[in-house]
Amino acid sequence: MIGSKRKLILQPQSDPTAIRMSTLTQHELILGLFEAAPTTFLSLRQLGKESFYAQGLPTLKSEEYKFTPLAKKLESNLTEFYPAEQVEISHKQVKSALFPNFKGVVLVFSNGHYLPQLSSTSEGLAVNLLSERENTPLGSIAKIDKDPFVALNQATFTDGLHLSLDKKKALESPILLLQFHQTQGGQVISPRIWIEAGDFSKATIIDYHISLDEAPYFVNKVVEIRGGVHADITYHSIQQENNQVIEVSNLVTDIHPDAQFTSTQITLSGDMIRNNLTLNLLGSNSVGEMFGLYLLHGKTHVDNHTNVDHMVSHAESNELYKGILADQSRGVFNGKIFVRQIAQKTNAFQQNNNILLSDDVIINTKPQLEIWADDVKCSHGCTVGQLDEEALFYLQTRGIDKITAKGLLLYAFAGEVLDKIEEDSLRNYIVNQIQKRLESNF
Amino acid sequence: MSKDNQILENLTSKEYEHGWSVNYEADEAPLGLNEDIIRWISAKKEEPSWLLEWRLKAFKTWQAMKEPEWSNVNYRKMDLQALRYYSAPKQSKNPKNLKEVDPELIAIYERLGISLNEQKRLQGIAIDVVLDSVSVATTFKETLGKLGIIFCSFSEAVKEHPDLIKKYLGSVIPMTDNYYASLNAAVFSDGSFCYIPKGVRCPMELSTYFRINAANTGQFERTLIVADDSSYVSYLEGCTAPQRDENQLHAAVVEIYAGAHSEVKYSTVQNWFPGDKNGKGGIYNFVTKRGICAGDHSKISWTQVETGSAITWKYPSCILKGDYSIGEFYSVAVTNNYQQADTGTKMIHIGKNTKSRIVSKGISAGKSQNSYRGQVQVMKRAHNARNFSQCDSLLMGNQCGAHTFPYIDIANPSAKVEHEATTSKIGEDQIFYCNQRGIATEDAVALIVNGYAKEVLNQLPMEFAVEAQKLLALTLEGSVG
Amino acid sequence: MLSIKNLHASIEGTPILRGINLEVKAGEVHAIMGPNGSGKSTLASVLAGREEYEVTDGKVLFQGKELLSLSPEDRARKGLFLAFQYPIEIPGVSTTNFLRTALNQVREHRGQEPLDAVKFLSLMKEKMALVEIDQKLLSRSLNEGFSGGEKKRNEIFQMAMLEPVLSILDETDSGLDIDALRIVSNGVNKLKSDKTATIVVTHYQRLLDYIIPDFVHVLYRGRIVKSGTKELALELEEKGYDWIKEEVDSTATI
Repeated sequence: MIGSKRKLILQPQSDPTAIRMSTLTQHELILGLFEAAPTTFLSLRQLGKESFYAQGLPTLKSEEYKFTPLAKKLESNLTEFYPAEQVEISHKQVKSALFPNFKGVVLVFSNGHYLPQLSSTSEGLAVNLLSERENTPLGSIAKIDKDPFVALNQATFTDGLHLSLDKKKALESPILLLQFHQTQGGQVISPRIWIEAGDFSKATIIDYHISLDEAPYFVNKVVEIRGGVHADITYHSIQQENNQVIEVSNLVTDIHPDAQFTSTQITLSGDMIRNNLTLNLLGSNSVGEMFGLYLLHGKTHVDNHTNVDHMVSHAESNELYKGILADQSRGVFNGKIFVRQIAQKTNAFQQNNNILLSDDVIINTKPQLEIWADDVKCSHGCTVGQLDEEALFYLQTRGIDKITAKGLLLYAFAGEVLDKIEEDSLRNYIVNQIQKRLESNF
Repeated sequence: MSKDNQILENLTSKEYEHGWSVNYEADEAPLGLNEDIIRWISAKKEEPSWLLEWRLKAFKTWQAMKEPEWSNVNYRKMDLQALRYYSAPKQSKNPKNLKEVDPELIAIYERLGISLNEQKRLQGIAIDVVLDSVSVATTFKETLGKLGIIFCSFSEAVKEHPDLIKKYLGSVIPMTDNYYASLNAAVFSDGSFCYIPKGVRCPMELSTYFRINAANTGQFERTLIVADDSSYVSYLEGCTAPQRDENQLHAAVVEIYAGAHSEVKYSTVQNWFPGDKNGKGGIYNFVTKRGICAGDHSKISWTQVETGSAITWKYPSCILKGDYSIGEFYSVAVTNNYQQADTGTKMIHIGKNTKSRIVSKGISAGKSQNSYRGQVQVMKRAHNARNFSQCDSLLMGNQCGAHTFPYIDIANPSAKVEHEATTSKIGEDQIFYCNQRGIATEDAVALIVNGYAKEVLNQLPMEFAVEAQKLLALTLEGSVG
Repeated sequence: MLSIKNLHASIEGTPILRGINLEVKAGEVHAIMGPNGSGKSTLASVLAGREEYEVTDGKVLFQGKELLSLSPEDRARKGLFLAFQYPIEIPGVSTTNFLRTALNQVREHRGQEPLDAVKFLSLMKEKMALVEIDQKLLSRSLNEGFSGGEKKRNEIFQMAMLEPVLSILDETDSGLDIDALRIVSNGVNKLKSDKTATIVVTHYQRLLDYIIPDFVHVLYRGRIVKSGTKELALELEEKGYDWIKEEVDSTATI
């Protein structure tokens, strides 16, 4: 089927360079996905497809993806470029996946499909399928021309989640997006989420990905968040999937006056992961905070790209990403602070710290400032180094064995990010996971 | 208009000091670029055939290349066929000493404040002077010769020291390196060559002074510095050009080879014509500079004060191949009006226990764009590599931009790399404080800017540091918005 | 020496000074006191010529000449010195270099020859003793990494170097411990003469134990609402500012 239809869709290539990397992968990907999906959101999906064609899968020559060869990875790991169907999820599975002592709203997904029958809700929070909210301006925040994977998601998503928080509603407990993934033969999961937070509202969202087995799959997720004035939204994303998983996540948020947005990105496992986080500071006195922690071992490759756009004056951004790399893992960090000419009185800070534990790790970090306004306070810093040998020795002289001592120091290093997680059940869970890793020498 | 803005207006419209030109009889190649021109240049310089072959090979490589577009500068590409690739003042013949140099040429340099008369020169600086495409004079040759130091024009070196040239030419920057370096390899006309023998500490600063005089002429000089084991040399480079409406191209190549335990300090005060206050004219400064610390315990230190050029595209780099070798980069880049600078460095750590240090101070005023682009790369075998980078930006006025693009690529876990960057503006409160003590605003800005750039200026040899300070003050006095 | 008449000033449209009248003669010490936000520091800043403040009415004569139209540096050159409440840090510029630039520009204005390095250093040595400041401090970047006390001593040291006719000390006592307060006050007292005058701006009476004022003025809501002698300062110390506020607020016409 694929072979017969390829010609039709391959037609005019507006940009011949778009297919320079991996023609086969790209076309099979788009064809299979686009053709197999139902006809919902057809015009949106058509736009996404055209944009994806124009951009193509990024090659290593593309500045934004130069260290993360996703096209090659997709080709080698996936066999079927089809949208993943939902699989059966039981109450028991949901229950056992929850963090101990977690209390809050639970929204369950299977391969990106929302399962209302397993989910709960709360007063002031409207939970819908995207297909039930046809007027949602999908793609207005995460724009297809900014990243080929956003375009790919828009071309291939079938439905998604629409979350809407009432004005002035402050949710006391968090919303957990429990995303179960399992495909046969390595299929494509395209979660699409739209979150709308009313003026003066407050909520914490936890986006938690779990693999149900060890088979490969590709998650290409897009989350769009629109926070009203004075809204205070916290978004935690936890990536703890099997080591065959390829994942691209695009989270884009518009932050309006006096609003605050905090993101925490925790990555513990996976094969190749790319996270694009974009904060548009649209209103004065808005605050964007980005925290990240990547604890990598095996051959995990994690690429965090963050982009803060200071579009108005008197806004503030603050970023701290920390990484510990062991075995043959690879870390990429690219943080961009963009301060427009009118964005006077901007405060922007960025820090990326890395600890390397093994001979075979590679880290590429690029903290980047583009400043077009003069009355600003911007600074960034980055370090790459090892555990402090002096401190390690000191602990050992006090009778602590080396592995424990190392664990203590690494935990202290990671702690600065973990402390930013206010939700106890989540923080305790992550701390627990990290402790286990540290006890077994990472 | 506030007072500060007024001062900014006044000073940003300041005229370029060295914008005059002189008419002298010149020996020129026809306009345009092709194999024949290259043969013409090579024949003119009576070069050996191997060098012509090398040029032609570079030209072939270059023809297949595209002008790079990754840097953060915008300009209208130059028509390289409309340029002249060779222009030399007509002298009776190659001058053997200063007495034979045309007095008219000496006068040009006197006007720039550079005396070629050894008696009048401050002791301690030997100078090679390059006008348009050729070296016109080299001073103190004999004094240096007694120590075995070779310091002469590139053309002379090709004739007198072919083995050294053959061995080191293109050894640090291959003719295939990049668009401008390949172009330079094909058409370079002259430059300076310097060789410091084993164990010799060069007793004086060596200096090259570049001047573009002719119109429609590209300047493509090549500097090659070879410091043999356990030697030391400090090298200075200065440059100016007349004020012309059209853009002129300067695509130079500087190669440095440092043997074991040797040290090379290379300082530049770049003051090419930056274009007028509306951004018209000015030099396109597309320069490739790279040094290799080939031997263990060697050290290369780049210091640059960049105040001129319409566009600067320049990344003096160090390949730290020898164990325990050290690379340093100290830079002050000032942009005003419509100037654009994309400059920085690369520190490639290959050897064990190598160290590098980067201090970059950008200052943007007017409608200019100033980018730092740097790479610190630690290769897999470079155990215990250390790097510290500090990249600060100072903004004056809200029409300019300051950008930082540091690439940090580490493949060895024993590396310790630290990068810090800040962006700030000259504080009104700082200026007011100075005013309150009786210091005029222009002087206050000069004081603050020199303080900000001090760490870099301190690296310059004394005489140069004073010149650089004056230049900074001149370019920026009172540019506060 | 200084004559302030009906001075009104505002910042970003908000009036802060609302009709200040003050006469200061040579040889006198005036203390300006008042609760937080009464306009004390604004008065000091306006006199020194800070641009953020807009003078909306009134005039100021300094040594018989109009002051408000002068640039801050010209005011300084004519002998007006402001000791900042929060002295500014300037990285990379040593105090020595800074002061030499300042002193020579002031001297130039007075038609004096610039001081050469030797003379400048010997003058510095002489004045350093006055405020017990360490030479090491002066070779460091201006105020960068200085303690609060060191910054204030540096202000008085600069005052000694520049030999102003009118010194305005803006909350010079803030952040000082008792020893530093003594040292700073001693410096100020030694610099006093019958040809110079001092305005001490302070919230607390404490500093006035060391620098004895001839007159004390209370500033409230942008006006001088009470004037007296040093006894007034003691009364304020004892009773606080509330009684004055009440007195003023009850008779307020608006």
